[in-house]
Amino acid sequence: MTPGTLSTILKNGAIWGFIVLELIFFTVAGQFLSLSENAFMDADNMLLLFKQSAPIGIIAMGMTIVMINGNIDLSVGATYALSAVVLLDAMTWPVFGGLGDWVIPVACLLALLTGVVLGAINGLIVWKTGVDAFIVTLGAMLGYRGLVFMYNGEQPTSHLNWTLVDFAEMQVLGLHTATWVLLIVTVAMWFLMNRTVHGRNAYAIGNNREAAVNAGIRVGPHMLINFMIIGFLAALSAVVFYAETGSVNPNDGELYELWVITAVVLGGTKLTGGAGSIVSTFGGVLAIQLLRKGLAHIGADTSTVNLVIGLILIAVLLLDRQLNVKGKEELKI
Amino acid sequence: MEGEMATLTKKDIGGFLARQGILVAFALFMIGFTLANAQFLNPDNVMGVVRSSAILGVMALGVTFVVISGNLDLSVGSMMSFSTIVVLDLHDKLGPTLAIPAMFAMTLCLGAFIGFLVGYLKLNSLIVTLGMLSAIHGLTLTYSGGKNMDIADKEGTWFSIFGQGDALGIPVPILIFLLLAVVLGTMLAKTPFGRKIYAVGGNGTAATFSGIPRARVVFSCYLVSAFCVATAGLLQASRSMGSQNTVGQGLELEVLAAVILGGASLMGGSGTIFKTVIGVLILGFIQNGLLLVGLPFYVQYVVTWIIIILAVWLDIAAKRGRLWSPIA
Repeated sequence: MTPGTLSTILKNGAIWGFIVLELIFFTVAGQFLSLSENAFMDADNMLLLFKQSAPIGIIAMGMTIVMINGNIDLSVGATYALSAVVLLDAMTWPVFGGLGDWVIPVACLLALLTGVVLGAINGLIVWKTGVDAFIVTLGAMLGYRGLVFMYNGEQPTSHLNWTLVDFAEMQVLGLHTATWVLLIVTVAMWFLMNRTVHGRNAYAIGNNREAAVNAGIRVGPHMLINFMIIGFLAALSAVVFYAETGSVNPNDGELYELWVITAVVLGGTKLTGGAGSIVSTFGGVLAIQLLRKGLAHIGADTSTVNLVIGLILIAVLLLDRQLNVKGKEELKI
Repeated sequence: MEGEMATLTKKDIGGFLARQGILVAFALFMIGFTLANAQFLNPDNVMGVVRSSAILGVMALGVTFVVISGNLDLSVGSMMSFSTIVVLDLHDKLGPTLAIPAMFAMTLCLGAFIGFLVGYLKLNSLIVTLGMLSAIHGLTLTYSGGKNMDIADKEGTWFSIFGQGDALGIPVPILIFLLLAVVLGTMLAKTPFGRKIYAVGGNGTAATFSGIPRARVVFSCYLVSAFCVATAGLLQASRSMGSQNTVGQGLELEVLAAVILGGASLMGGSGTIFKTVIGVLILGFIQNGLLLVGLPFYVQYVVTWIIIILAVWLDIAAKRGRLWSPIA
């Protein structure tokens, strides 16, 4: 047993403890404050909560692996928007006119491909130029957003395909399609990070890049793959969300990067890389969505949600520092 | 003299280009746009560009301090919304003479809070300011109740002088921007405080061992940033005399882009006010130039993307002496 065991358990369990606290608080407070007849823990409400977590949650899984790898991606919101535009627009291309409903998988594939390519561009630039991922993706956030606008001007891109809408609204075993996608992505990313060589190397690179290089790990390809994965997931998130709504504004997805990073950091992933877990990120995503929904349930408006989430993020950082302070000081000296 | 010329190798030229690349790029842009549209260098147009860059520029001056100290400030956009809303609201309640200092005091409190968290508690600045971005946005919405703020009697007040006035034939926002740039530039380059900021950002541990109070220096940088944000909020409020709650949304990243374009390293320890001003002007002139050529506004996003990456890439390529990164 290492000396840090207790704090490790505290840290990994903290997000779930927080979720339980939220559930208790909103259930009790809801009894007194809510205008709604339904209880907060109502089954339909919880199902909806999962569904609404999906767009941010799917991207957050990608952000987790990129951050474990020691990088960050600020361009996910723009990637999300551009993939959505491709998805909806591709369904109206005359080339695919004869395909009937088979245009749906084709359009989805094109959208996912867009995400992968945008991710690959970021990854290649980070790899080949050695510019910090923060700067590369900050630039890409502007650049990709520019591409969204160039695609269709300032007009919204709309196309409603009812087969696709039916698919998005389908419930299998009580769960919505979006929820299933979120769960599958979570399991897949968990498997990738915990059971494959790529995952182990990604942790190693984030933890100590020099040591990883000395151990013969090729840093570049792993970073590239992770950027392609987050691009893919941002596109997947767009496919899941816009399948149902059928209309995308050029400004959609703005500030998504901030929500996603908030969820990932709440889950305990370090910005410096090397530490973090997919399961905790899942907890972070649920915690944020619970907070938004819970505060709405007890009649608070969006301003309170913003205020509370910001302060909680800082509180988490403080708590994390208290738990870590011993280990860090030992390292520094 | 001739000998020196002869020893000018390809590498020296590359090094010069990389070090002064931003100025070269700036010059090329100006020439290109001038050739494309003769109106570009028209004094009225130049004045207009500088004037519309002034708000972004004032914020970038403060963020330069924070970045040189080795930290980030992502909260400046929502903090600017806060100052704008607060000063507009207080203008009608207290009158402009009291409203302005009150707004500065409130904004400085926010800056002090961030400075305390990052400086004294040593929390990660990216996440703290990300949290504050959200929290201050919430605070602004709570303060205004979600409504737009407007000055009731727009004609009967001297408040508009900051954003719309002229002095000596020059618009007041430009004067404020330049004055602040000179003061802060001198502070950074010529005073012990400025040198301490470079020391803390360059190597925090070494600075601490040299007896430089790291925490207090970082704290002061966030105060400077908050002061600049308050000034930007004043300019914005005075220019439009009314505002939405989201007026500064997204500005934090544009400001950061300008600072990075100016060549400040996000690792801290490098950058100057002069270069940041150049970065701000480049962004402003690109935007204006592309519009004058007849391209829609969003083309500037793509151009900015390419320029940011090229600028930073050339900068680090010069430092490591090779173009491509050694990452395997």
